[in-house]
This record gives sequence, structure tokens and C-alpha cells, in this order.
Amino acid sequence: MREITYAEAAIEAIGEEMEKDDKIFYMGEDVGRFGGSYGTTKGLWERFGDDRVKDTPMSEAAIVGYGLGAAITGMRPVVEIMFVDLLCLAMDQIVNQVAKIHYMFGGKAKVPLVIRVPFGGLRRAAGQHSQHLEAWFLHTPGLKIVVPSDPYHVKGLLKTAIRENNPVMCLEHILLYQIRGGVPEGDYTLPIGKAQIKREGKDVTVVSYSLMLHRCLSVAEKLHKQGIEVEVIDLGSLHPLDMETVVASVKKTNRVAIVHQACLTGGVGAEVGIRITEAAFDYLDAPVKRIAARDVPVPFSPVLEDFVVPTEERIEGEIKGML
Amino acid sequence: MKLDKQLLLDMYGRMLRIRKFELKVEELHLRGILPGLKHLYIGEEAVAVGVTFNLREDDYIGSTHRGHGHLIAKGGDVKIIMAELYGKKTGYCKGKGGSMHIADINIGILGANGIVAANIPIVGGAALSAKLRGTDQVAVSFFGDGGANEGMFHEGVNLASVWKLPAIFICENNQYAISTSQSKATAIPNIADRAKSYGIPGFTVDGMDVLAVYEITGEAVARAREGKGPTLVECKTYRFKGHYVGEGSRELSYRSREELKKCQEKCPIQKFKWTLTKEGILTEGLAEKINRQIDKELEEAIKFAEESPYPSPEDALEDLFFEEET
Repeated sequence: MREITYAEAAIEAIGEEMEKDDKIFYMGEDVGRFGGSYGTTKGLWERFGDDRVKDTPMSEAAIVGYGLGAAITGMRPVVEIMFVDLLCLAMDQIVNQVAKIHYMFGGKAKVPLVIRVPFGGLRRAAGQHSQHLEAWFLHTPGLKIVVPSDPYHVKGLLKTAIRENNPVMCLEHILLYQIRGGVPEGDYTLPIGKAQIKREGKDVTVVSYSLMLHRCLSVAEKLHKQGIEVEVIDLGSLHPLDMETVVASVKKTNRVAIVHQACLTGGVGAEVGIRITEAAFDYLDAPVKRIAARDVPVPFSPVLEDFVVPTEERIEGEIKGML
Repeated sequence: MKLDKQLLLDMYGRMLRIRKFELKVEELHLRGILPGLKHLYIGEEAVAVGVTFNLREDDYIGSTHRGHGHLIAKGGDVKIIMAELYGKKTGYCKGKGGSMHIADINIGILGANGIVAANIPIVGGAALSAKLRGTDQVAVSFFGDGGANEGMFHEGVNLASVWKLPAIFICENNQYAISTSQSKATAIPNIADRAKSYGIPGFTVDGMDVLAVYEITGEAVARAREGKGPTLVECKTYRFKGHYVGEGSRELSYRSREELKKCQEKCPIQKFKWTLTKEGILTEGLAEKINRQIDKELEEAIKFAEESPYPSPEDALEDLFFEEET
């Protein structure tokens, strides 16, 4: 299979869908001729023009709100917010409007809207450009959330998201954009809400997603050399959560850690962890472990940020401590 | 402006229907029959009617927490609205929305909205959608003087202006954002003056005069349909009742009895009735007939709502996501 980058795979998904359905259009800041701040839309404007790839002013509430208004009146917009941090400027539209309209209107409005959001720390970008706010949206009924971790998944999940008649947030870690991976040419889709076992093991289950998944896989390889077999699961979606895959794995390994780059308190790990406890308490030989960023704003200095975000060394040490 | 007699009578009837509906809602609420929050449109009827009488069924409106008037003006069914206010399964939202979230997308009502100014970007998106689909539909956003101070007003109007979208922004300036008077919240006398900063036309009109509202928004709608972009229309009006039903005497903390009395004397329905009577269009007999007809409709609406079933408690778990029929 040919290998392309994560960014290329995402653009391929959007381009292929836009070719097939003229109701799809794209809008966001610097997504036109500039090609997206992280190359998220490179080449789309040249192919589809001003009407379908629209540069907006710096107006995040309008980007999401206009997307919603277009979605409930017959279009299928894909909107981009440059960083998850900037979603704070559009929180009303996302939480009070996008997530609730289908429900509040008694099921009488379809909301085929994709909100594409680059995010993620470890770029030394400090407190307002490095956050992982996914738990907020997990805590908001009415949103589907995908967190693809590689080129194959971002293409397949974005295609599914674009064809969904529900709002889907696609959170893409900026440090993943340049990673390469095998991606089939042409059309395929992947289901939202399905986790993947990335590596099988019998001693401990590690559940992760997005960039941290790659750290977990690297740690699993190191531990394998020390005789410890780690089963690594990529959640892939945060809503719906595929607990079936997670719980089945925990019943096999009897130990589980959840690893994420978002801070510890009230994070995805807390939710996944309690669901594991509810479903498989009798199978657990150790408390459910959360390995997460420390509960401070993301600091700038590399020395500080590397202390806050889980490193491979920290993940390795924490896992060993569970055995 | 020379208008068809029947159109004028329909406008009068629609305003009166809103007024009487709202008085009924107030009564039912104070009797403890209707749950939740209610924000009455009484006093502002000329705005909703003057605006929506320029619209087609396939045009869009975005409404507010004070939305009953907009919904009725745009053609919402009072029976189904009333059933929603009762929290019944037969209501517009199957009891999931209530007063602040009633929508009927089939007739272009993109929803009342409990968040001030939130419909402005949504309506902008509907206008964008109309333009991209190549139709000549227009989209109207209603918001108040309070809404004009939210960031979403700026973002929403600016983008409609820069993309020349078929949108009309109707500021219903009823003088108060809950208890804060416009003079304490805005340093300019007219909200419409802000249009200049977006490079679009802006007009301030007497919102107690249905024909004045009709005429000015007619021009704005025509401009929008012709692809000439959005317009900001400020309708100076007045809220005759408190911010919400149940505010009671608290309203005297921000406005005096004298002010209330003086403003209520400018009742838009009474004023229009006089005009129509003076011109021989409306007779006492006809007025009484319209009145009785509305009373009958409302009686039927209440009966329908009362006899309708409540949703079953488990229905709360349905409709979170749209599910494809299999």
C-alpha cells in the first residue's frame, strides 16, 4: 500500500467527498489559498474555488454558527477551527446550539456538520495553543467525537463524519500531520465508535488515542524486550466510546491504564476508568491507572512541558508499577 | 403605500392572535398550569408581523427567547405551539424544547433560541446556504437591543456583509435587556447606526407601526433577494410586560409606572385598529368577528394541548442523534 501523510490523507478524504456531493463546502480561517495553518486544506481551494473553500474572518462563533445554519437548511458543511483552544470562542454555538438542536427540536432537524479541529501540545506553544479539551465535548450529549491517530484512520473516519447526519468533531493532533502511513487509494470508510487493538498482549491493557497512542506503542515495544506484554488499544472515537473492546481486553489482562495528553482531573481517563470499574471490577488485579498531563496549564519551556505531559519514561514506569 | 385590504386585515388579525395567545399564556402560567419560563411578546407584535408579511413560507427566520410572536407571525400552528408549552408529546418539539426552542424547519422557523444573539450566525448560515444552493430565499434574524451587544452580533453581521448574503437583521429594540436600559448599555442612541461599520444599510423605524415596519423590511427583503446583501433594521418598540412571566413588581425597579403607562398607550394593535377603522377597512362588526375567531382558535389550541398525552419518561432518551431509517 502507498504511504502518505496524515494531512494528505485528511485532504484526500475531504476532496473525494466534495467531488461526489456538491452540498459539501469547507470554511475556516486561512483554509483557502493559504492551505490551512497546518496544511490541513492544501490544494482544496485550487480544486473547488472560492464558493466551496471559504476563508472566513477571525470569527469562531460565526464559523460554527454559519456551519450549523447551513447544515439545517440543506448543505453539508465542514468547518475548521484553527486550534481547539480557539473553540472557546465558539463554545455557545457548539454546546448550546450544535449539540442540542436535533434533540431540542424533537428530532426534527438534521445537523450534517463536521467540525475539524487541529489540537495538541508538545509544540512549545504554551497555555493557549496546546490544550486538550476533548473531555468538555465528551461531557456534552449530542456530539460525536473522533480522534484519529494515523493516516489510515483519519481518511476513513473523516469520510464517515462527512456522510453523517449528525455533528461530528474531528480532533487532529498537529504533531501527527506529518507522520506517514499506508492509506488505500479511493473510497473506504471506518465506523465511528469503534476502537482498535493496535498490539496484543496478556499482561496489561493500555488505552490511549491520538499522539499519546504512539508513545504507548513505543513503550509496549520496550516492555516486550523486558518480557512484559502490553495490549494497546486506540479508542479512535470518544463518543460513542467503544467500551466493549476495552472491557474484553481488561478481562483478559486484568490490569489497565488509560493514557492521555489532556490533564488528569475530569479527563477521558476518568470516564473510561469508571466504566471499566463498573463493567469488570471482579477482573481487576490492580486499580485502574490514569496516566495524564499534570493539572496545570501547559507551560512554555520545554523542560516544563516535558514534565507536565506524559513521557515514554513516565508511561513505562507507571505501567511497571502496576504489575 | 397602497396595500390590499385583505392583507391589512390579515396583518391586524395576526397581531391580535399573537396578543391574545400571549395573554392566554400569561394566564395559564400564573394559574400554575404551564411549567417553565415564558417571555411574552406583548407590545412588540407590529415588528414580527410587519417583517414576516414580507416573507415566503420557504424563507427563514431565527427567533429568540421571546419567540412566540415570531413563530405565530411566520405561520406556526398555535395548537402545536400551545401543546409544546404544556410539555406534551404533540408539541413542536415533542416536549423536549418548550417555549425557548420551538422550531418548524418545514416553514422556515429555525428555532426560538434561549441564548441571546445566538441565532444571528445560524441565520447567516441559512442565508449562505440559500446563496450556495442558488435559490432566492432570504433569512431573517430577530434579536433585541441586548443581543446587539453580544459578540455573535458582530461576527454574524460582519460575515453576512462581507459575503453579501441574503440576510435581514431585525433589532427589536424594546429598550431593556432584562432590567438594563439601552442607554446604560450602548453609547449610541440608535443600534441601526452600527450598520455603517459593516458597510450595509441601516434603518431605524417605529416598531409600534406595523406598516412602517412592513415597508422598510420589504425594501430590505427585496435587496436581499436581488443579491444586494444584508440590511440592519432597528425597530423601536416596547415590552409591555416584565422580562418573564412572574417578574411582578420587580419591573418597577427599572421602569416607572408612568413610563409603562405612557408606552402602553402606544399599543401597536390599537393604533392599527384606529387606522383601519378610520379608512373604513375595519368595522366594529368585522373586528368582533376576527376577535371571536381568534378566541375560538385559542380555545381549541388549549383543548388540544390539554387532551394531548405527555411523552413517556423514557422518551427523554430519544432524539439525541439522527438515526438513519433501516
